[in-house]
Amino acid sequence: MAGGMTPAPQGNGTGYRAIVGPLLIPTWVMIGIFLVLPVLLMAVYSFLTKEFRGGVVWDFTLAAYDQFFLNRGLFGDEPPVIEWTYITIFWRSIWQAALATLICLIVGFPTAWFIATRPARTRAVWLFLVTVPYWVNLLIRTVSLKFLIRENGPLNESLMALGLITDPLPLVNTNLAVQLGLFYSYLPFMVLPVYAAVERYNFALSEAAADLYASRWVTLREIVLPVVKPGIIAGCILVFVPSLGAFLAPDLLGGAKTFMIGSLIDEQFRGSQGNWPFGAAAAMILMTLVLIVLTVYARAQTKGDAR
Amino acid sequence: MSTAIDIRSVVKRYGTATALHGVSLSIADNEFFTLLGPSGCGKTTLLRCIAGFEDVTEGEIRLFGQNIAGLDPNHRPVNTVFQQYALFPHMSVLENVAFGLKMKGVSLSDRTARAGRMLEMVHLSAFADRLPAQLSGGQQQRVALARALAPEPKVLLLDEPLSALDLKLRQAMRVELKTLQEQTGITFIFVTHDQEEALTMSDRIAVMSQGRVQQIGTARDIYEAPVNRFVADFIGETNLLEVTVDRIEGGIARVTLPGGHTITCPTAATTPGKHHISIRPERLSISAAGDLTATVERVVYLGTDLQLLARLTTGEEFHIRLQNSARAQVPAPGSTVALHLEEGAARLLAD
Repeated sequence: MAGGMTPAPQGNGTGYRAIVGPLLIPTWVMIGIFLVLPVLLMAVYSFLTKEFRGGVVWDFTLAAYDQFFLNRGLFGDEPPVIEWTYITIFWRSIWQAALATLICLIVGFPTAWFIATRPARTRAVWLFLVTVPYWVNLLIRTVSLKFLIRENGPLNESLMALGLITDPLPLVNTNLAVQLGLFYSYLPFMVLPVYAAVERYNFALSEAAADLYASRWVTLREIVLPVVKPGIIAGCILVFVPSLGAFLAPDLLGGAKTFMIGSLIDEQFRGSQGNWPFGAAAAMILMTLVLIVLTVYARAQTKGDAR
Repeated sequence: MSTAIDIRSVVKRYGTATALHGVSLSIADNEFFTLLGPSGCGKTTLLRCIAGFEDVTEGEIRLFGQNIAGLDPNHRPVNTVFQQYALFPHMSVLENVAFGLKMKGVSLSDRTARAGRMLEMVHLSAFADRLPAQLSGGQQQRVALARALAPEPKVLLLDEPLSALDLKLRQAMRVELKTLQEQTGITFIFVTHDQEEALTMSDRIAVMSQGRVQQIGTARDIYEAPVNRFVADFIGETNLLEVTVDRIEGGIARVTLPGGHTITCPTAATTPGKHHISIRPERLSISAAGDLTATVERVVYLGTDLQLLARLTTGEEFHIRLQNSARAQVPAPGSTVALHLEEGAARLLAD
């Protein structure tokens, strides 16, 4: 991703180009079927009219976006004011996802560093251990987490048995629980790319920095972090994006107060209560947000490289 | 002349393995000092102990009288040129060179000016804004040198800095390094396994092997007066023969060579008996009556020199070098020649 300059393919131009076109067909088919088509479907649905029992009517309208951003009163006849409900949910989701990303980074970076500095033969074992939870379905893991932290669950009971607390901590249905869920779900997405970057890090650079009078902290800030930045950014994107759209952790571990985008969209496609165009519109808005973030990052990265 | 670095009985152990067995040496201020030895001899470990990347297990390292053995590398006024340069890949050439000054708290304008002068000194002013990856190996090497010299260290440590360069560049850099050292007046400690590098640049050389210093001296000392077989064999080319020593008196030994001839030569050994003698192949001449008799097996043409691979009548392999001058008569393979040992050709070794 970041930083690499791909050299233009060498060789006799016409022959190469004649072959490369057909060879790329499978790629284009994959991208078309699994990326472009679904997004287009989503975009089209977001402009349709909802039908009562779920599904859509093929009448093109901006109603879904209107409902997202504007409030026209109960009967839709008042002058429009900004509707804060969904914007607040989005804002809360972004905030929660950013916090989860930060926590994953704070825990994930030292973890990745630890693994990358082990002897080569034990690294594979540590990496395997990091991925072990992924052998179990995310839903099951999230439910288990809920059982662990509920009021009469093992966590609270052992804390009380140890005499550290007298009353059980109300953890379920709090932001803290949601953060815990997001952290638990996505930590490996941070550890793995950061590990890949740290593993390639040349530790002679740290020695060179120390030799030139940099303290450990300054070496971390001025040398290590900038050099492994591509891995950190990749990890942050890999944690932030799914956290933003997550609905299992917020649904199961959070309460009404921690309603997030993922749950909002999820709800629109459930049974007869749903509103497909509205769900599609919310998904489109979410995707636009993510794309803006990624574009800004890509721009900053190209500028850094072009220096 | 004051002492820049004083190393006193330094021992370095890794678990049960010992990398340095009580190394002691002192390096004068403003000296170009070389640690020379084969890989695994402990020279790099010693350098890393001076830089502070390794702790010493025992002993002291004094820098201008102050024991620095316990200090972290960032608190030692020495800088290092690393073997693979270790340039910061995300910083421009100028930022790399200015880094040490930045860490010392020099203001932006001052450090930019000083780093600029450093780049001028290594002829890289035009490349100040490039990233290290955009430079050739030789240019990166010079950036590493400028970066280490910029904070004006009291001692500069160089860890095989030329080993990654090709031959032509390496030869040019030798001259450049020596000039830089004389210009800046900084003490250089240079680590290499390349004896030619060591001989051409150094004021003094410490020859190391198996975690011990074998001999310290000028290039001429260690070449002409090696103390033991390791030094004689490692520096230059030599013929080692086992000989019987009849008598040693006043640094001169009376030795019976294979074949029965008796000569006198300077000695590092102090007791009579069986010892090894080193005979330099270029200090021999072919004459009618010689000290040794050998049969030529092969003649190798080396341009400036001719190398004769021969065998003594007593069976030992023996090398001879002759200058490739027009007058030289080249013995044909298979012919028997008498060899005369010139002044300083032979030296008796301690072990």
